[in-house]
Amino acid sequence: MRALELTESPLQGLATESAPSTAAYTPNSMPEPIAELESVSKLYGTFAALRKVSVSFERGRCYVVLGANGAGKSTLLRMLAGLLRPSYGRMRVFGEEDPANVRDRIGYMSHATMLYDEFTGVENLRYFANLYRGRACMKPEEALEAVGLDPSLNRPVGQYSQGMRQRASLARVLLSQPELLLLDEPFSNMDIESAHQMLRLLETFRSEQRTILLTTHQRELAEPLADFMLRLRAGSVESLSDGPHAQGCFAPEAGR
Amino acid sequence: MRQPYFLIHLAKDLRLEWRSKDAINSMLFFAVLVVVLFSLAFDPTREASRQIAGGILCVATMFAAVSALNQAWARELRHQVLDAQRMASAPGAALFLGKVLANFIFVMAVEILLAPLFVVFYNLHPLGNAWLLGLVMPLGTWALIVNGVFFAALSIRTRSRELLLPLLLFPIFIPALLGMVLSANAILTGDSDPGLWIKLLAGYDIIFTTISLLLFEVILHAEG
Repeated sequence: MRALELTESPLQGLATESAPSTAAYTPNSMPEPIAELESVSKLYGTFAALRKVSVSFERGRCYVVLGANGAGKSTLLRMLAGLLRPSYGRMRVFGEEDPANVRDRIGYMSHATMLYDEFTGVENLRYFANLYRGRACMKPEEALEAVGLDPSLNRPVGQYSQGMRQRASLARVLLSQPELLLLDEPFSNMDIESAHQMLRLLETFRSEQRTILLTTHQRELAEPLADFMLRLRAGSVESLSDGPHAQGCFAPEAGR
Repeated sequence: MRQPYFLIHLAKDLRLEWRSKDAINSMLFFAVLVVVLFSLAFDPTREASRQIAGGILCVATMFAAVSALNQAWARELRHQVLDAQRMASAPGAALFLGKVLANFIFVMAVEILLAPLFVVFYNLHPLGNAWLLGLVMPLGTWALIVNGVFFAALSIRTRSRELLLPLLLFPIFIPALLGMVLSANAILTGDSDPGLWIKLLAGYDIIFTTISLLLFEVILHAEG
């Protein structure tokens, strides 16, 4: 198991069960952090979705974010994607305080498909590929094949099954070949075979030194992939622990 | 050569409308209903028709356009497509311009389909330069659409957006509506020169298009 050591700086910080969310742990021989949150809070009116969260995310790691509904998982991902701004605290993504400046390097997959129901998978991806100018994009057909969808499928996304929509949504994220993948509930409504296929795909991305943050309620499914398990509770970091992958036992098939 | 971003958005909106025909069908139905009902309700003489026809045409277009503008961003909101567009490198102004152009084309298509019906129901025979209507209607329609798309985007995160859009849009649109109605009347009756009103419409369009393009990025990335 990877050793963790207590540090003073909340910038490098990762809170644990026994410590408040601003307390910090950081692994030995820490790789380059690509995203850092320092005492970040997010308020919706008087409701605090995130409370003084201090955490850093390292390149090439997979973080599985766990927590009950309303724990702040989606807010954390939306903030890192640059779709929300912190109410308090500081945040850096790829060294930039405003993630909007590096949005080309970030891929965000939401609960929703973020695709037009009226278009086929290829049509949707072609449209978005045209908007990701200036980056070496994958071809829409390649992205669909990578997630196990048939690019020649001449059916609008609105008529896809839920699992197919999830995969088409992931294909959209992959188009721009992002360095940071933010995946909100990627396995929801997926059958077990599709979920394992997606896990294998995510393992490939991690081996390419891409960083993955994924939220899920299906802990047992995502756990084998995790370098770190980050648990949120009521907007605060409750714990951060090594995942099984950090212990060198990743085997998506083992979960079948 | 690479296509400008706004043309990519425009092509997408035209293709979506071609498949669903939601906006054009609802607008056409509403506009035809208004034109027919007014002609039956008033039974105007030929001279009276010339006096009121411009106003009826503009109001019919305005209400019909609002029914489409209320849905202008509905597809983007449905599955959070707008978030994916916000994360793309294309500027927000291009998204806005594409949406304005698409809705302008939809409303102009309805006006073109409506025109012969209008002439028949109101027994119209313009006494002024009829070709100037081909300038007045696009200028007035552009004023309506550019503001409508902007305020529709402004109100998408509110709960009562369908009520909010006309509340925001109509007061702002009054100067353009005046220009549109008075210049249409001047053309139909031949009583006065519509030149001043056409210039006002053109000036209005330039000012509000510029302001909307400059502010849209802020609206797009605002948190609800």
